Amino acid sequence: MNTLKRHYPLLILATVLLLLPLVLPNNYYYDIAIRMAINAIIVLGLNLLIGFAGQISLGHAGFVGIGAYASAILPTHFGWHPILAMAGGAAIASAIAAVVARPIFRLKGHYLAMATLGLGIITAIVIKNEAAYTGGPDGMAVAVLSLMGFEISGEKQWYWVLAALLLFSFWASRNLIDSPFGRALRALHGSEVASQVMGVDVARYKVAIFVLSAFFASLMGSVTAHYIGFVSPNIADFFHSIELMTMVVVGGMASIYGSLIGAVLLTALPQALSTFEGWETVAFGTILILCMIFMPKGLVPTLATRFGRDRQEDR
Amino acid sequence: MALLEVDNLSIAFGGVKAVQNVSFSVDRGLVYSVIGPNGAGKTTLFNLITGVYTPSEGEIRLDGQSIAGLAPHDLALKGMARTFQNLQICMNMTALENVMVGAHLQLDRNLIKAMLRFPGIARRDRQLRDEARELMRFVGLESYWNLGASSMPYGALKRLEIARALAAKPQILFLDEPAAGLNSHETAEIDELVRKVAENQITVVLVEHDMKMVMNISDRILVLDYGKKLTEGTAREVRENPDVIAAYLGSNT
Repeated sequence: MNTLKRHYPLLILATVLLLLPLVLPNNYYYDIAIRMAINAIIVLGLNLLIGFAGQISLGHAGFVGIGAYASAILPTHFGWHPILAMAGGAAIASAIAAVVARPIFRLKGHYLAMATLGLGIITAIVIKNEAAYTGGPDGMAVAVLSLMGFEISGEKQWYWVLAALLLFSFWASRNLIDSPFGRALRALHGSEVASQVMGVDVARYKVAIFVLSAFFASLMGSVTAHYIGFVSPNIADFFHSIELMTMVVVGGMASIYGSLIGAVLLTALPQALSTFEGWETVAFGTILILCMIFMPKGLVPTLATRFGRDRQEDR
Repeated sequence: MALLEVDNLSIAFGGVKAVQNVSFSVDRGLVYSVIGPNGAGKTTLFNLITGVYTPSEGEIRLDGQSIAGLAPHDLALKGMARTFQNLQICMNMTALENVMVGAHLQLDRNLIKAMLRFPGIARRDRQLRDEARELMRFVGLESYWNLGASSMPYGALKRLEIARALAAKPQILFLDEPAAGLNSHETAEIDELVRKVAENQITVVLVEHDMKMVMNISDRILVLDYGKKLTEGTAREVRENPDVIAAYLGSNT
């Protein structure tokens, strides 16, 4: 693959992000676009873990919650600079991920799912119960994010921040998958014993990718907190984890484009379904079930196969 | 000095002594075969030496260094590669990518550098792509290189595993029934391939049921029965050994 062709997808995404503001009529649509981008970045990281490395995590919202609350608590209660708090949150999330990963990834299948589920639920419970710091179920306000004296506020400014972050994540994810590290990840998904015999330290790779996905989830938690200006325990709860997981599955496991599509569609869908007035959850569920029946591999891989494109190019 | 020395190796699964006090040594550059009836412990012996199982007792030395109990990925570092009786191909990848995984240890595997696409990584990867294609040509699979492994026929996958193992540039290669399930024409191709591998100064340890192939290409043969070493010798010695004949055909005493 020549170098220019390699960069086409990145250029296309950049163009879309650049032109999108021209067609976004008002702040409501900016808000949806921002939420799409936040979800897309989390889902890119989660898909590296679930789709590429073949390890499940049903508690990923826990890491998003850690980042969000670090950005809320550290500046408010301890006077940290928001950027430092953001980094602190990501460091805490990564450290927790690294510590629990080794014992957890000895497990497989349902047991792994249960263990990660437990991790997420514990995080949510801690956030709800430590009311002195977290405000408990009521949540708490978050300081404004300022970069070198420049305050980021309003949908339009946040849009450009998220656009830049999304572009970077997309670029970095593609690089990772295209590298020896990424190949080893996919190999341990395909055959753990074969990859071990080829020299892949399976435990180390699982830990590394889990930490990386936790890191990005935490960063996006911080961004969400600053963007909304408020955090509540919902951000760390089980339903948020499932929502993220669903984006991975519907978009397409082991597909970078799938992560983007999944995040965009499933962020937009509840908004589009709001006309169903009370029935939107039912409609949402029905759409998911139909997706899984007719395209169990997810949207992007299914469409890619249908149109007969070469797998390697379509990742 | 022998490249591989196995000393009194044993493992028990519960009450079953799958391998019992097996000793042998393999000289550099030879094709060394392990044979025996079904359930004799051949694959278990392979799994012990290649680190998939940890021996209950005994010693394994590669190049004079003790390697018993090391994890498979550490053994890979010491120049050991293997294939599997029941294929272990990564079906989620293309044929070429499978071969490239074989070269895992020769590459820069740093996560951060990979994400930021440091120039060295991409350059080395392109180079590796060519090397992997060359290996696929060597095992006779050049036409498959860009195909998903899941859409390749069984016989081709058998050879793909060998190509992947060779990509690791091993000093010793363990082949677990490379001809299992292949027809006579395909078996002859594997036979030819193992010879070519041995010519490249790679020591081959082979488990195989196809006696014609084993007798043809082996420099030495180890016979296992019920987890124990029955005998060891050249093809001719083994063929004429009455214990071996009894183990395979049953004795009338």
